[in-house]
Amino acid sequence: MYENQKQHIINFLNKGLRFDRRKLDEYRDISLETGVSKNAEGSARVRIGETDLIVGIKLELGEPYPDSPDEGTIMVGAELLPLSNPEFESGPPRIEAIELARVVDRGIRESKVLDFKKLCIKKGEKIWIVIIDIVTINVDGNLFDASALAAMAALKDAQLPKIKDNKILYKEPTKDKLPLSAKEPVAVTVCKIGDYLIIDPTSEEEKVIDARLTVAITKEGKICAMQKGGTTPLSAGDIDKMVELAAKKCEELRKYLK
Amino acid sequence: MTRPDKRKIDETRKIEAKAGIIPRADGSAMFKIGNTIAYAAVYGPRNLYPKFLQNPQKGILRCSYNMMPFSGSGDRVRPGSSRRSREISMVTEKALMPVLNLEEYPNAVIDIFIELPQTDAGTRCAGICAASIALADAGLVMKSMVSSIAVGLVNDEPVADLSKEEEDIEGTVDIPIAVLPRTGELTLLQLDGEIKKEDLQKAIEIGKKACLKINDIQKKTLKDKYKQVNKDV
Repeated sequence: MYENQKQHIINFLNKGLRFDRRKLDEYRDISLETGVSKNAEGSARVRIGETDLIVGIKLELGEPYPDSPDEGTIMVGAELLPLSNPEFESGPPRIEAIELARVVDRGIRESKVLDFKKLCIKKGEKIWIVIIDIVTINVDGNLFDASALAAMAALKDAQLPKIKDNKILYKEPTKDKLPLSAKEPVAVTVCKIGDYLIIDPTSEEEKVIDARLTVAITKEGKICAMQKGGTTPLSAGDIDKMVELAAKKCEELRKYLK
Repeated sequence: MTRPDKRKIDETRKIEAKAGIIPRADGSAMFKIGNTIAYAAVYGPRNLYPKFLQNPQKGILRCSYNMMPFSGSGDRVRPGSSRRSREISMVTEKALMPVLNLEEYPNAVIDIFIELPQTDAGTRCAGICAASIALADAGLVMKSMVSSIAVGLVNDEPVADLSKEEEDIEGTVDIPIAVLPRTGELTLLQLDGEIKKEDLQKAIEIGKKACLKINDIQKKTLKDKYKQVNKDV
């Protein structure tokens, strides 16, 4: 269906160009703002080009899972709001939203940036549940990188509220932050179109990519989560190149995490 | 009797608005009043599917009001519609419908999505104000703008634009209204609480005046967007 469009994009890539005159390994303009929703315990808004989304953190009290009685937990949700794209429809999250939420979840969980043990209030009885909600405002591609960056920034922005008689006093924040380490993962998605590797695809480009690989990388440079997408297989050589490119570009994103 | 935040009885909280905030939408706007923020996006008129929903006589207006999960001051709001959000979507639809020429768009639908990233009080009114700007921004023919505010009775005094703190005072009456500024007619009217007829009259008068001010802001917001466009050109 998008074959003509794809050929047109590849013709441009042959000349080392993209429709918006970017280089193949160049991000669009990025901005990051924190504290964008006052009632959330933490929040951040990331814009990459015309892609615009908000991540908000809410904290709740809960019981630990039986297999990890001394650990708190996180929950990541993503809503691809019909407000943000004419192609999105109302209703429960579809697979695209579920994948987005799960990839962001894995980046955070597996990097161990958040100390789950310190989210335990009383062993076997009470823990903090950190709920991370991603909502899209305007969609023009690359939701993975934007969401992972905003989620990390929102976690850093969050302040724990007071607890009294087993209840959260949401209106009384303390000075305490979430138990975060310096590992701070960011995600870079590398896309393959024909023989080319590009980053930060627009919606137009996303429709015609053959494969994508999202790589979450910690501050120490360790890979902590990956997700391959698209229907074209990737060779070991492809993967090497994609991971290498992601490792190079993740430093650019990291600058926005103050 | 003074108000908790020292406002005059007919004084609204601080208002900011911006048109065209969502490039992918046909029309969009942000409307902020106090700590309540509403975004609205308009898509359409566009084809309506499944086909049996189409009306060959006139277009259909669909509104959806939704609080973002982290927008409230208490627990997380569970995603998806609730009885509350569905009712508000419905009254919002009715508040906006009279200004559109839906007969012009047979078989089509106009979708309005209202999203609240941060809520305090008066969310449905902020949503209607944002949606009205977004409809105009989408270039749809409108008979009038729609301006909306909550009025009410706080400590037995009629006031405009209740804050969350005022909503929570015992005996407060909450009356969200939407007004067509050109005629002074109301397209939204809800009330909860106990109030005397005379006080209701007074409250509505105060609300109509506040809506005229909001209308000025809405018009200015639309003009400002094109000032920016002129500069860019």
